[in-house]
Amino acid sequence: MISKGKTDQVTINLDGQDVEVPAGMNLVDAVALHGKEIPHYCYHPQLSVAGNCRMCLIEMGTPMRDRGTGEAILEEDGSPKIGWVPKPVIGCGTNVSPGMHVKTESEMVTGCREGIMEFLLVNHPLDCPICDQAGECRLQEFATDYGRGYSRYKERKNVKPKRTRLGPRVTLDDERCILCSRCIRFSQEVAKDDVLGFVDRGSFSTLTCFPGKELANNYSLNTVDICPVGALTSTDFRFKMRVWFLKETLSICPESSAGCNTLVSSREGEIHRIAPRRNDAVNDSWMTDSGRALYKQVKSDDRLKTPLVDREESTMEDALHSTVNALQGKSVGVVGSCNSTVEEQYLLNRLAKEAKAKKYLRGHFGEDDGILLSADRTPNLRGALITGLASSYPTEHLSSLAQALKKDRLETLIVVGEDLIDSKVDAELLSGVQIIYLGTHENATSNLARVVIPTLTSFEKSGSFVNRGFFLQGFQQAVPGPAGLLPDVSVLARLINELTGEGESSSDIDSIWKDMARSSTSPLKGLSFSDCKKDGIQLDGSKWADLAFVEKKALHYQPNAKPKDG
Amino acid sequence: MTAKNSPKERRIILKHADDPNYSNRLGCYLREGGYEMLSKALKMKPEEIGAEVLKSGVRGRGGAGFPAGMKWKFLDRKSGKPIYLICNADESEPGTFKDRQIMYKDPHQLIEGMMIAAYAIQAKQAFIYIRAEFFEGARILERAIAEAKEKGFCGEKILGSDYSCDLVVHRGAGAYICGEETGLIESLEGKRPNPRIKPPFFPAVLGLYQCPTIVNNVETLCNVKHILEMGGDEFAKIGKPNNTGTRIWCVSGQVKKPGYYEFECGALTLGEMIFDVCGGLLPGRSLKAVIPGGSSAKILRADERFVGKHKDGTDFDWGIEDVPLDFDGPMAAGSMSGSGGIIVMDDTVDIVEAMANINAFYAHESCGQCTPCREGCLWMKKITTRMCDGDAREEDPEMLLSIANQIEGRTICAFGEAAAWPTQSFVTKFRDEFVKKAKHSKRSKNSLQLI
Ligand SMILES: Cc1cc2nc3c(=O)[nH]c(=O)nc-3n(C[C@H](O)[C@H](O)[C@H](O)COP(=O)(O)O)c2cc1C
Ligand code: SF4
Ligand code: SF4
Ligand code: SF4
Ligand code: FES
Repeated sequence: MISKGKTDQVTINLDGQDVEVPAGMNLVDAVALHGKEIPHYCYHPQLSVAGNCRMCLIEMGTPMRDRGTGEAILEEDGSPKIGWVPKPVIGCGTNVSPGMHVKTESEMVTGCREGIMEFLLVNHPLDCPICDQAGECRLQEFATDYGRGYSRYKERKNVKPKRTRLGPRVTLDDERCILCSRCIRFSQEVAKDDVLGFVDRGSFSTLTCFPGKELANNYSLNTVDICPVGALTSTDFRFKMRVWFLKETLSICPESSAGCNTLVSSREGEIHRIAPRRNDAVNDSWMTDSGRALYKQVKSDDRLKTPLVDREESTMEDALHSTVNALQGKSVGVVGSCNSTVEEQYLLNRLAKEAKAKKYLRGHFGEDDGILLSADRTPNLRGALITGLASSYPTEHLSSLAQALKKDRLETLIVVGEDLIDSKVDAELLSGVQIIYLGTHENATSNLARVVIPTLTSFEKSGSFVNRGFFLQGFQQAVPGPAGLLPDVSVLARLINELTGEGESSSDIDSIWKDMARSSTSPLKGLSFSDCKKDGIQLDGSKWADLAFVEKKALHYQPNAKPKDG
Repeated sequence: MTAKNSPKERRIILKHADDPNYSNRLGCYLREGGYEMLSKALKMKPEEIGAEVLKSGVRGRGGAGFPAGMKWKFLDRKSGKPIYLICNADESEPGTFKDRQIMYKDPHQLIEGMMIAAYAIQAKQAFIYIRAEFFEGARILERAIAEAKEKGFCGEKILGSDYSCDLVVHRGAGAYICGEETGLIESLEGKRPNPRIKPPFFPAVLGLYQCPTIVNNVETLCNVKHILEMGGDEFAKIGKPNNTGTRIWCVSGQVKKPGYYEFECGALTLGEMIFDVCGGLLPGRSLKAVIPGGSSAKILRADERFVGKHKDGTDFDWGIEDVPLDFDGPMAAGSMSGSGGIIVMDDTVDIVEAMANINAFYAHESCGQCTPCREGCLWMKKITTRMCDGDAREEDPEMLLSIANQIEGRTICAFGEAAAWPTQSFVTKFRDEFVKKAKHSKRSKNSLQLI
């Protein structure tokens, strides 16, 4: 019996060994599945094949067939006769087919790699000591493997422009460019902003922006990531930090419901850069420039760092205490946030239940760019649906909250991160209401709050978001939060415990997950946090298929065919 | 080495080219029976014409010598996409100047050949991609096409038939690589002429605008007319088996009468060409070397022996003057007939300087896409330039050879070979001169004007 998965596999002979690989797969990727590397520069799995660097040359042959009859030609021992291509072929331009033979370790192949490496280096400045790419440079890496160790080149090196500004965020060093055209193809094929090209020819070929254009689109920094060398650099990150000092944390971009997978690089508690992490079901290898800049909020001036009670600095204990007092026996409203994690939304929902509070949820919306910046500018609207925090689609304006306040029915409001004034709730309506504000940054609402409990940004805590495609994706704490602050879940768990008088609610993520996964009707049933830490889990969102989600068709996202109105 | 009876030209393609009473205007062409073959073709089935071309055995005249009829058969007709015909009139291989004679002097012959070919492959649109520097040629062709259109030889409903095919002239982008067929196609699409990777971009399947496309050289397409006139079998009798038809050879260098000469394939040897047809070398000179097929072909040394076996098993043992001028002859001698550009060098030629000149060309013309060609060509140029600049080193010949070997067979297009073969052959065959250069190094910096 061949299962469906199996029929899509073909057998190829890789350096003398038969291995199974997915049919039609690019050879570079196929051999990687078997722990072998075909060194490459210009090939990128998510871009068209250019085949220009020639680093991936290998030997390849296919079973020979009789021209007339089409029958396989056999060797004397009955094995298929292999017709080896007389010249080396590029692995990146080869898709696996049944019976294909590949040599990645032959003398010819090594000779090719050595030759290409030498050629790539003859006109290369080799200024690694002052190059940002050092430490994560493919040229350095393969030079170690296939370089000669000394130079046979006695001529003068070409001189090309240094420090060219390609756009507001990208700086180019043409001498380091190995002309792989990845950045050009990315601009054309992914960013759909065809502004880069080569001028001049031969070894004088030079990457540049078309006259009057600049590389300014919101995806420009992806060119820096995919540049295999130090030619394209981030103007922001340039010369700031040696990459080998950086600690990398798996994270999820909170910019919008696209939920780009990211790597947050930090050193000694300070974030230095954010880069996309490959996830072929969500963001391929890309993310927005705007998403990369979000870490700057961690250290922004309006960051809340100390608990406040009646606008006076206080301790966390006092702030929690005052909060409990403001909740007990009062008519309470809860304003939740789609920026909160699934775990936080779950606990907030429980808190709301304990406080018999009415729930409100605010959405944030903008233009959809059709790629990775979605119209839903929050990372976790769907989390709010799944955890039951929201029962209807959130809106930009909290008009039902304003209504309730008008009728004078709420004495205490717990507000998580949102600014009520900004959501069209009149400041006047809030007078006489005790506001408990949980959030990372100051805003008009925090300024009106009776109690302010500072919380942590997504870089300072762990948790999970559910993106526009109902992918549940976990992220890890990258840096510590400001001294003395607690993770949001701890604050919420404490409040629940104080209200119930039972110490049963835990702020430990795994325990929260145990609770959440218990519900037999929840899409989270049976899951645990560790399940969603790496690649994300596709949840069943069919329950909400009728909601009019705002996202448009985009990379790896297809809106529901016909959302019913209302 | 004097000839008893000088071989006679047989002009088919250039039949009228140098006739003082012949002009490149339509009236003149019609007077000589022009466009009758097109009229005949339109009454045939397209595949019948293809069959005749296949039978004729005519091989491409652009350089690679691939049988045209076979190429047409590879055309992907199942896709349902439009089919394009492109005439490669980029003629930029150094030492080659034959297509230009045809276009300037007998443009209607090319147009007729093209329209027959277009009908045979059922092309929707045909192009002549002409070398940028041929300003006059483009003008002549455009005028000729206008004349032909007016008389219904191309364009809508050709000669009243149901077949329509427009023909336009596209001026090239001024680079050698625009002559490589996939670079040409990119250029025609309005892009940089970066040759495409093959697979998957074989023009017959994924050519112009990703549609099936046939690219043929000017001379190849002219032959189509004559194949139709004689019939494939009859055409195949001209020349030798596997080397059918005539070829136009372009002889340059230090001979008394350089120029273009059309001969039946195999009708004469290299020696006869140089010493009889071209009147021999300049007084007091002796032959040093010949490049038989444009600058990309491997050089032949005058005192070399070429020994080997023919396909039919017979042995050959040739001196340079014995090499037959056809497709297989220069190939058997380890070089190629390429574009038919025969470059003759006598004993006054400094081989290293000639090499430097060729290397300068390839370094300048590499499109720069792929690493070996891009870096290797310039490196070789820098070395040979330095050698000629009075700073030759003993290790240079080995270095050159090693670089060329690192280019050959590893590039996107055949430019890699075109650039590597000269160096490989010059250095191996004239190593003594390269070594001597190193020994006698110390020349004035300005001794090099050409490079
Ligand atoms: C670097 C390079 C330059 C070329 N230049 C020309 C050219 O100028 N004219 C030409 O007809 N073919 C040229 N060719 C050959 C073409 O790629 C192609 O093979 C030819 O046009 C096919 O026509 P044919 O089959 O009629 O010869 C060149 C090939 C290479 C690799
Ligand atoms: S690109 Fe790589 S090899 Fe080049 S200078 Fe930078 S680190 Fe060194
Ligand atoms: S800048 Fe980088 S990505 Fe762009 S072509 Fe050069 S090496 Fe490749
Ligand atoms: S071989 Fe040379 S000319 Fe051809 S694609 Fe490569 S760089 Fe361009
Ligand atoms: S990776 Fe295959 S040619 Fe560059």
